[in-house]
Amino acid sequence: MAFASKDSAKAKARADLFDAFIGSNGAISVIVVVLGFLCGTLLILAVGKNPGNMYAALLQTLTGLDVTRGTWNARYIGEWLTASMPLILCGLSMGFAARTGLFNVGAEGQYIVGLTAAQFVALFGPQVPGLHWALALVAGCLAGALWGGLVGWLKAKYSVSEVVATIMLNYVAYYLSRFFTQLMPAANTYRTPAYPETALLKNGLFERLTNGSRLNTGLFVVVICVVFYWFVIERTRLGFELRATGLNKEAARCSGIKVTRSITASMAIAGAFAGLAGVIVALGSFSYGRVLGGLDNYGFNGIAVALVGNSTAGGTLLSGLLFGMLASAQPLMQSRQIPKEVTWIISGLVVVFISLRAGFKMIMDWRQKRLAEKGRQRDE
Amino acid sequence: MDEYAIEMLDITKVFPGVVANDKVTLRVRENEIHAILGENGAGKSTLMSVLFGLYDPDGGSIRVKGKEVRIRDPNEATALGIGMVHQHFKLVHTYTVTENIILGMEPRRRDGTIDIASAERRVAELSERYGLSVDPRAKIESITVGMQQRVEILKILYRDADILIFDEPTAVLTPQEIDELMSIFERLKAEGKTIILITHKLREIKEAAERCTVLRRGRFIGTVDVASTTEEEMAEMMVGRAVKFRIDKEEAKPGDVVLKVEDLTVMSSKGHPAVKGLSLEVRAGEIVGLAGVDGNGQSELIQAITGLKPAKSGRILLEGRDIAHLSIKERVEAGIGHVPEDRHKHGLVLDFRLDENLALKTYDKKPFLKRLGVLDFAAMAAHGDGLIGQYDIRAGKGSATKARNMSGGNQQKAIIAREIDLSPRLLVVAQPTRGLDVGAIEYIHKRVVAERDKGRAVLLVSFELDEIMALCDRIAAISKGEIVGVVDAATAEERAIGAMMAGVRGAHPAAGRRDERPAQGAS
Repeated sequence: MAFASKDSAKAKARADLFDAFIGSNGAISVIVVVLGFLCGTLLILAVGKNPGNMYAALLQTLTGLDVTRGTWNARYIGEWLTASMPLILCGLSMGFAARTGLFNVGAEGQYIVGLTAAQFVALFGPQVPGLHWALALVAGCLAGALWGGLVGWLKAKYSVSEVVATIMLNYVAYYLSRFFTQLMPAANTYRTPAYPETALLKNGLFERLTNGSRLNTGLFVVVICVVFYWFVIERTRLGFELRATGLNKEAARCSGIKVTRSITASMAIAGAFAGLAGVIVALGSFSYGRVLGGLDNYGFNGIAVALVGNSTAGGTLLSGLLFGMLASAQPLMQSRQIPKEVTWIISGLVVVFISLRAGFKMIMDWRQKRLAEKGRQRDE
Repeated sequence: MDEYAIEMLDITKVFPGVVANDKVTLRVRENEIHAILGENGAGKSTLMSVLFGLYDPDGGSIRVKGKEVRIRDPNEATALGIGMVHQHFKLVHTYTVTENIILGMEPRRRDGTIDIASAERRVAELSERYGLSVDPRAKIESITVGMQQRVEILKILYRDADILIFDEPTAVLTPQEIDELMSIFERLKAEGKTIILITHKLREIKEAAERCTVLRRGRFIGTVDVASTTEEEMAEMMVGRAVKFRIDKEEAKPGDVVLKVEDLTVMSSKGHPAVKGLSLEVRAGEIVGLAGVDGNGQSELIQAITGLKPAKSGRILLEGRDIAHLSIKERVEAGIGHVPEDRHKHGLVLDFRLDENLALKTYDKKPFLKRLGVLDFAAMAAHGDGLIGQYDIRAGKGSATKARNMSGGNQQKAIIAREIDLSPRLLVVAQPTRGLDVGAIEYIHKRVVAERDKGRAVLLVSFELDEIMALCDRIAAISKGEIVGVVDAATAEERAIGAMMAGVRGAHPAAGRRDERPAQGAS
């Protein structure tokens, strides 16, 4: 080592930096997103449109600034954040389970039971300002936790695959929700009467700030959830147990961690996140109960959000904002003659490219192999 | 001039991060028994996998019977007359011996059905010729491991191999079965076959091989004539320095009984009893070794003691207290330390940091646990740094190193450190040195003996009889889930323990002395 020249030390530092970059999951997510946009851009060029219009639409979504007209409207920012909120929460749901080694395909169902519970409380709960919507939040959160916890319990106790159980419970939740919502007084086949005012998550300040967007009190819930997620996973005993269980269930068990409890707790907390997403959509974006005519798909999109966000709190927040931006930019893109389907193609490609992680690992392996060979030649 | 069956010249094979074979040369003469000696990770298996077509070498050339060849897959190796008996047998357990042997090259009649009768005749004929005494119609699941190995041998003989590679063939055999294997080797040689024997056991080489090629850390060290080389010399070539064969330890001063297992029955995961009415005692300040061939109930016994598996019946007493129904956590707290058999599966969370792994059993205690279920990760790092220094654990980034990025020896040191740090009353140690290099083995042996000298009870399970003989104060032989006999290590005879491992009761003159003592104490 003493003979290693300055040059080779520099080269090594450079190689280390490269490896650290390639090896960091965050960096890969960024690369993947950039690649996704690159492909989207090429696609727009291929259909003979100006990709600049897409970026103008995205800029308007993010900042409210219309570069072609030179006007500014904060409502776009509000709508972007509103669209992102359930995505972030469902991403947290997926991510939390993933950190415990579970694949929660059931965020959609947990979202639906949360939404349905919130609609009930909204229509029948005590019409006390402040308390009414808070009760709805608690009810939705608990409903989601139960729906998720049930799966965790089945998995822990009877080794029922959580993938199968959650997928099936998605449909159970969907049809139960339709059934019960239609039973409500004065409900027809697609909606209930309007909620009382006290049930809404409306926030006057946010509305004023964002020029009348649907941005609502749910934003606080999202922020609290992101912080809670980070704190529990990274800082607490429960998080330590959950992470150990997720990374090596057998070793966790062998060390005395109650793995069955970890699994149930993890699925319940995951369900609670998705349930809250349901409440925020039900009481924030709508003013009446819906008889669902199809899946809202926030739960399924949450899978993509968590994948791109590497199941970390901050990553999921950012990736939720990204997917929310793509979703809420659609009308603006159409008004600029860009087919809105491009956004779905970009989100789809981002998820496909996430699988490149394996490819990056191959590059790493190849580099290490070369370094080992070089080291050997130097030794001789 | 010598006639070579196999010449592997300057073979190089590189894996990510490691040069497994570095210009290794192996020359095997026609009709000789040639041993390849090296520690785990020395590159023996890689070299043989290259010869068998499993890996494509990055450099060098291979000649078979003087002709340069390129072996791209095992089928080409088979066509060249090379056959391999893998360490882990590749047999279908519900098939018969013959069905397993013909698998992949089934003889067919004209109507497309399999001609099992003619295959059976041929298998019987081969078995006869090489003295293997294998029943062609027996189901694999009903025959012993030694027999299964002979089926593997028949499989390659059936494919007309004349160069036979054996990868650690004695690892799963009892001493008696090893003797039988040695005579099979002689028979094969007499019939004109060439044998390559991969092993790290010097005694077997002395017994069977004519020449021996030694590898160390992927490099070719030399090829020696076995008859004119001592075991010590070969060991030195293998390790790179002089090796002590004996462990320095004083006589044990056993105290009170710490672990008492009474009439314990444990079911295997397949649902039949793996431990049958077993009784055993371990005292403070002694190391009791459980000698036995893999799969005779050792794993289940340990899992029942540590709580990984429930006991079906019987009692497990730790210092007089029945712990059979306690949770794993409660047993840890009651004073059981456990160095598990499979360190990657049970011992470590490989993607956790080293300090997190070192606190894996104590994270919910002071000083790591603060109020409201919050953990103090700074305290965890400090604790990790302490153990790293104390146990000489080598890790690139210290406490922050992912366990996955550490060498096997250092991973094992970390587990030992964690378990000893619990100050357990009873230390259960399973296969503590499997796959480690000699330096790490010496260190771990020293630590285990030191624990004994501190007055702790140690129960050691190992499939290496040498390790049991060297380390233990008393030796209990286990066979088919039962203790066949218990002997004092000082008076133990290896042959006799081997016989007991095979299930022969009363094989040892000193055996059973302690068993005969009337059951006393807690009851």
